Amino acid sequence: MMSVLAIEVPYWGQSLLRVLGGLVAVLLPAGTIVYVFLFKMMSFMQSRLGPMEAGPYGSMQLFAEVGKWLQKEDIQPDNADKRIFRMAPIVVLMSTFLLVAVVPFGPDAWFTNFETGVFYALAVSSISVLGILMAGWSSANKYSLLGGLRAAGQLIAYELPMVLAVVGVVIQAGTMNLQQIVLAQNAGSIFGSDIVGNPYVLTQFVGFVVFMIAVQAELTQAPFDMPIAESELVSGYMTEYSGFRFLIFFIGEFATAGVFAMIASTLFLGGWGIPFSWFGWTDMDSVANWMNVAGPLIVFTKMMVLVFLIMWIRFSSPRFREDQLQRFAWKVLIPVSLANIMVTAVLKVAF
Amino acid sequence: MTILNDPVNAKLGDRAQLSYIASQAADARLNVELETEGMTLNIGPQHPATHGTLRIIARLDGEQVLWAEPSCGYMHRGYEKLTEVRSFPQVTSLINRIDWLGSFANEVPFILAAEKLMGVEAPPRAQWIRTILFELSRIANVSLFLGDLGVQLGAITPVFIAFRDREYVLNLIESATGGRFHPNFDRIGGLKDDLPAGWVDETKVVMKKLRNFCDEIEALLFGNEIFQSRTRGIGVIPRDVAMQYGLSGANLRASGVDWDLRRDQDSPMAWNKVDFKVWTHPDGDSFARCWVRLQETREATKIVDQLLDGIPAGPVMAKVPKIIKVPEGEAWVSTENPLGEMGYYVVSRGDSGPFRVKIRSASFNNISITPWLLRGVYVPDIITILASLYFILGDIDR
Repeated sequence: MMSVLAIEVPYWGQSLLRVLGGLVAVLLPAGTIVYVFLFKMMSFMQSRLGPMEAGPYGSMQLFAEVGKWLQKEDIQPDNADKRIFRMAPIVVLMSTFLLVAVVPFGPDAWFTNFETGVFYALAVSSISVLGILMAGWSSANKYSLLGGLRAAGQLIAYELPMVLAVVGVVIQAGTMNLQQIVLAQNAGSIFGSDIVGNPYVLTQFVGFVVFMIAVQAELTQAPFDMPIAESELVSGYMTEYSGFRFLIFFIGEFATAGVFAMIASTLFLGGWGIPFSWFGWTDMDSVANWMNVAGPLIVFTKMMVLVFLIMWIRFSSPRFREDQLQRFAWKVLIPVSLANIMVTAVLKVAF
Repeated sequence: MTILNDPVNAKLGDRAQLSYIASQAADARLNVELETEGMTLNIGPQHPATHGTLRIIARLDGEQVLWAEPSCGYMHRGYEKLTEVRSFPQVTSLINRIDWLGSFANEVPFILAAEKLMGVEAPPRAQWIRTILFELSRIANVSLFLGDLGVQLGAITPVFIAFRDREYVLNLIESATGGRFHPNFDRIGGLKDDLPAGWVDETKVVMKKLRNFCDEIEALLFGNEIFQSRTRGIGVIPRDVAMQYGLSGANLRASGVDWDLRRDQDSPMAWNKVDFKVWTHPDGDSFARCWVRLQETREATKIVDQLLDGIPAGPVMAKVPKIIKVPEGEAWVSTENPLGEMGYYVVSRGDSGPFRVKIRSASFNNISITPWLLRGVYVPDIITILASLYFILGDIDR
């Protein structure tokens, strides 16, 4: 039993509070910041100004767009499988929600602290495949169907290198608990030097690269945006969606980018922590309390760096063809990540 | 289903062939059980990859195209017929709109045909300015292609760079002619006006910018490995097939045919006064077509630079009567337009307007190869091939 303001809260109430907390405290700001940041960044890359009218420098653009979409008619095709058609965006969004639940934001600032956090994160992230497949199938549109099938094939193919890339981290940290992984990185040392701790981006660089490529594919961002392919499948599985349902897909895409970046920063960049040696901390209990406030900001900063990386690649590369994409996953990424696991395991035993 | 006309089949031995047939039969049984029937996909008439209203009817097996055919005419505006109720000077405002990205280039062959019938020749200065504007419209046209190519293949940044730098060229065309898209500047016997003051210097600066643009696109797009893997070996048109289908322009030159009307034909334009290279590519695939266009844009900036240096003085209009009546006769004039060979067959009965005009536009012939070319490719390659063939809807449907 947990108590909030001296009131005993039952388990379902705790879960509800956590979901609401996740939505209000993390997902909304993450979506907004990522969205505005990306739109401005994309615009500067393409030598234009981007949104300028809504709020100072267009910072309120997301709210303007939400307002616009809410006013639009909710169109459902006649031949669509209506129930599944309505359910699909929610399933996609749910995967993002569930994913954010395990991200730790400080020594005590977390929504849930699983022993199998990594396992859980990778499991729920693949729920979105179902949503996309449902959307593609139920739209009763040939383009949507092609998009949905491509998405299913792609997401399943890139799920594997993602998992395998994380295995290296799990071996090195010796735990699947995300909080412990953060601890292991910040309290760790590289060859006895603990000046920057041991962020796994340095010692697990191959894993990091493979993970980020897989994230790019999971998010269906260019160069892996074959399922969406505006110039060819006219947005693929999203073709028939409009109004609020499209909004969920659209914002979900940016929010998921943010959440995946948070997971990646937790796994590879040290999450909420800063190298413990800087302040003489040794374990979780000795971490100063102000890290609960600073932690979320640090996670957000790291998230933005990674999101920038994701979007930079997105805006500067053309897309792979479906078969090239599959070949890349099965013939390059998976062997590389398997080799990475082997090397990591050997070195782990050796040191 | 697609395996039936597989060339590999012909090379197999008896034993291998038997086992191959057995495996196909097993597949067929499985297909009957799973009922994997094909699907007809209508690409267009409203589709972002068709630059307008071209419709491609594709019969698919999974993602593979079994059969495809373009269906055009959604934008037919009847220009050939409309010219019959216009006077000769009025026709240019119609034919401007055929290839709307390189409008000035559309006017030139028609005006040349009318001049040929009248026995008039434009003064040298007009010829040089015509050629400069012709090459500028080629640059404006093809630079947009180079940016749009990225969008078709999923990279959205190049198109913004292309629009930014194409703007400079359009500004030049506007300051010289008064029209950005539809200059309507060419007259029988010369040009409407002389160049404005300072135009030559400004053009030289812009040509430098455009060469930088070509370098930028080459680095951003052509050097990209994904771009290369998407375009190399896709949609190969062999040399003889290209000639049989009557392709022209960069599509033909990318198949290794060294044929350029600017160089090979004697016309009252200034191309024979400058030194330029006609680029060809032996491969004939999508990459070759895009690459040839990139080189041509570069070459066009050099042509403009050379022409600007040697532009002669004098009038820009020959002596022609106020009311133009073209004597009876027939004339065929074609030029190397941005999209390929564009020609006008003009029949005059001695009236103020043409009796009949037949327009040979490059894109119509260029897309006629699509049924041959799209057979057996994957859906994403349809887009690559259509993008690399580079048609403009107005140029197909007229």
